[in-house]
Amino acid sequence: MADNAPLRIEQILQPLETWLEVEFTFLQVNEIAETLASASREEQDFFLVWIRRIASTNIQIAYQFAVRAVAGLCHNDQRVIEAWALHAMDTYDRAGLRAAMQVIEDVENFVQLSHTHASGAVFEDISGILLTFVRGLSGRELKLEQADAPYTDSETLFLPAVIAHMEKAEDNFVLGKAMVAYLWAQTRFGSFRVDLKLALGAYADAEHALHQFHGLETLRLEACLQRELPGLYREMQRLKRSSGDEAIASPWQRFAVLLAAPEASVADSLKLLPEAYSAPTAPTVCYQGELRPEAVAKCREARIEREKMHLRVKLAQMLEDIQKQNAMQPEPREAQPTIDVKEHQEKTGELPSFDITLDDAPVSPPEGVKQLLTSVYLDFGEIPPEYLVPAGDGDYDLSQFEDQAKDPNDVWQGTYHEEGATLYPEWDYRRQHYRKNWCVMREKDVSPVYDDFVPQTLDKHSGLIKHLRRTFEAMRDEDRLLKRQAEGDEVDIDALVEALADARDGSEMTDRLLMRMHRTERNVAVMFMVDMSGSTKGWINDAERESLILMCETLETLGDRYAIYGFSGITRKRCELFRIKQFDEPYNDEVQARISGIRPQDYTRMGFAIRHLSSLLNTVEARTKLLITLSDGKPDDYFDGYRSAYGIEDTRQALIEAKRLGIHPFCITIDKEGQEYLPHMYGAVNYVVIDEVRKLPLKVADIYRRLTT
Amino acid sequence: MQARALKSEEYFIETEPYYQATGSEITIFEAAYRNHLPVLLKGPTGCGKTRFMEYMAWRLKRPLITVSCHDDLTASDLVGRYLVKGGETTWVDGPLARAVRAGAICYLDEIVEARKDTMVVIHPLADDRRVLPMEKLGVLLEADANFCLAVSYNPGYQSVLKDLKQSTRQRFVALEFDYPNAALESKIVANESKVDSALAEKLVKFAHMTRNLKGSGLEEGASTRLLVHAGKLIASGIEPVAACRSAIAQAISDDAEMLIAVQELSSSLF
Repeated sequence: MADNAPLRIEQILQPLETWLEVEFTFLQVNEIAETLASASREEQDFFLVWIRRIASTNIQIAYQFAVRAVAGLCHNDQRVIEAWALHAMDTYDRAGLRAAMQVIEDVENFVQLSHTHASGAVFEDISGILLTFVRGLSGRELKLEQADAPYTDSETLFLPAVIAHMEKAEDNFVLGKAMVAYLWAQTRFGSFRVDLKLALGAYADAEHALHQFHGLETLRLEACLQRELPGLYREMQRLKRSSGDEAIASPWQRFAVLLAAPEASVADSLKLLPEAYSAPTAPTVCYQGELRPEAVAKCREARIEREKMHLRVKLAQMLEDIQKQNAMQPEPREAQPTIDVKEHQEKTGELPSFDITLDDAPVSPPEGVKQLLTSVYLDFGEIPPEYLVPAGDGDYDLSQFEDQAKDPNDVWQGTYHEEGATLYPEWDYRRQHYRKNWCVMREKDVSPVYDDFVPQTLDKHSGLIKHLRRTFEAMRDEDRLLKRQAEGDEVDIDALVEALADARDGSEMTDRLLMRMHRTERNVAVMFMVDMSGSTKGWINDAERESLILMCETLETLGDRYAIYGFSGITRKRCELFRIKQFDEPYNDEVQARISGIRPQDYTRMGFAIRHLSSLLNTVEARTKLLITLSDGKPDDYFDGYRSAYGIEDTRQALIEAKRLGIHPFCITIDKEGQEYLPHMYGAVNYVVIDEVRKLPLKVADIYRRLTT
Repeated sequence: MQARALKSEEYFIETEPYYQATGSEITIFEAAYRNHLPVLLKGPTGCGKTRFMEYMAWRLKRPLITVSCHDDLTASDLVGRYLVKGGETTWVDGPLARAVRAGAICYLDEIVEARKDTMVVIHPLADDRRVLPMEKLGVLLEADANFCLAVSYNPGYQSVLKDLKQSTRQRFVALEFDYPNAALESKIVANESKVDSALAEKLVKFAHMTRNLKGSGLEEGASTRLLVHAGKLIASGIEPVAACRSAIAQAISDDAEMLIAVQELSSSLF
């Protein structure tokens, strides 16, 4: 079959030269082409696709990838190569060329490793399962992220991009699970309750001390895991055997026995450390990862402050609530009530449960307090008394501990930052993969404009509004009595009389003799996504605003839940959504003034808007969920390549995601060229092109009616 | 053996159902019963609300009429309706009317599922009037002195549409149920499913793991009932991990990734 014949050198050379722009970059591609020419067609295709995809991001990375990956040809698992390439591109997105090159250089190491271990567990594949796994274990709610090595800062567990230590894929997954469980055990069984810097500072060789300490803790935690998760412990033992971890030497065996006691704590490990320091180097096990005291210290310090404040404020709020409830009592109490927390532990090693008492009377703790108490307990092994002093009046300021409180408008005053923003991925069709955390999205308010736009619109379209109200009222599905039913609440006398007559007559008697009330509720939630790009300036903007006013008027009649957001943006760093009306907000003067205040902004970046609004829409409980876009043209943004195919493909991808969430997207556009790209984005029937801007207000309501009946 | 067919108002519970009190719910219920106060049981699914009702019915020696409410349950389904029999209409009492007449305990399970208009018919029964208006008959049915109304409600499924109206909820003495503490729960599991206490403890630990996941992908953690199911499977010789998969994991989620994760939790534990 000609189709499957390997490509010849010239056939490989030519695309390579184009993708890598050899004319300008003078990169040497001959050697790559030669090596590739000897591979099978399938492999050739695989590598060529990836080189092209990476080249769409950066040519240098693609070249380095080609040189290194092709050299290790036929010995490696394609899935692992893919993961590595994607990791390099993500790194490029995040940290630039230099960091990405480092990742690419690692391919060599990696490919070498793959000669023997071709079935690594890729972080992307396993992180979802492992995160749920670790959340199910008790204790603090942890996060899971990707890093250069397995370690934890006591709030986030880090795993490498690929775990390829073991020969079989299943074993690599188990290894990942063991790593996660081991890191969890560090937080759960109090490895970080001591100040490691202080404790290890006394030793001449701090690194050696840290290693020995890690060894001791590993012994202790293994014993904890054996008690807590015996099934996993068996697996871990098996991993150790098959990865050829060294057997435990003599002093370490004794340490293991001492540290296996259920009441052993990190203090016991520290007590043994002087002895261990002079003992032979601690054995390492495949899942223990690294211990990074600096990361832990930094994270812990911030957390302790934050949680202390949070807890005290929560307790103060709880007191206030209780006092409000007791406001009827004749004499207000003078003394500050005493709050006490009792831990009761059912068995050694179990996490205690907490009972809060107020002047010895038990109270039910407010939401989140138990989680806070657990987290504090993990840090100290007890609840320090100063945590139980309710915050005073002046101490209510939690803002310094909050991440979200930043005003989005401040972002561009001073240096750029991403605090308080939500990050959304974007689909890169050339890469055939997402660019992670690519769009920096913020919600902003439209400043309301109180002018005569709304009365004018209502006046101008008063006839139309009346007509629309009538049509929409007819759509309200009202209760109606269903007669002649087989089941119902009441006897349908008419039916019964007829049936009796039939029976007398000798013909068959029907059993549909009852009637019942049929009640239905329209259950529709709709999100309007309004184009606020610069190109809408002028009459398009006017038409959009008028349509929205008409839409709101009619939707109020209908009783459907609706929200309106405007979108605009300039580059991926500044994607903005403007709140015009939220779902739970009533349609009032302010909303009208906001509609009136819609002004053209910057460019049309659509993917992030669809992603964010679908997630908002998804939180609403409704049987039918609609996402209606009002736009004037194809997706297009300034400078960073968000245009033509790239923009369309990203928007399409975002719409596919929305559909997966059970949302029906629909587009109303005035772009006469819409026919060319809208079917691809929205599907053949999910869009309407309106040829005259003036007709927009009329049409929108009409289209809505057709969509929801 | 032939299955017994009983009239609902003759359904007395004869043998003592197994019930472990977690607090003072038994004495409170008895006091409410003596004072003709209706009772509202709140709590997540499978924590023992229905079992508690069976136990109280046994203790008070009253028949128990249970109605599982659904979103199509109408007032006539509770009160009664005319049916056509042989060319004539005859009145047939609904379960609520039967209970009111016979002085039974009427237990409306998951009351919020019923339609809003349905709930209103229980209002006159649930305050000091204790009458059931039967509009279609044009009579007020006075409740027997032994009649008791109990409803259950799961506040966990918080949806605006499915919340009890204040006018309804403020008629009841409320008893809050939750999963019992670990020691008690393992005792219950051991007793109900006849597994040994070490295994029951592990099952309870597993349940706690799934309850930790509530909110991060799971709507509800494993209930005591599911633990009993798993325990029974294990007692009849099924491997613990397989029993947890069938009786617990598959019952709480359909999401493939969640199932794998829950599976990993149980295989780590056993």
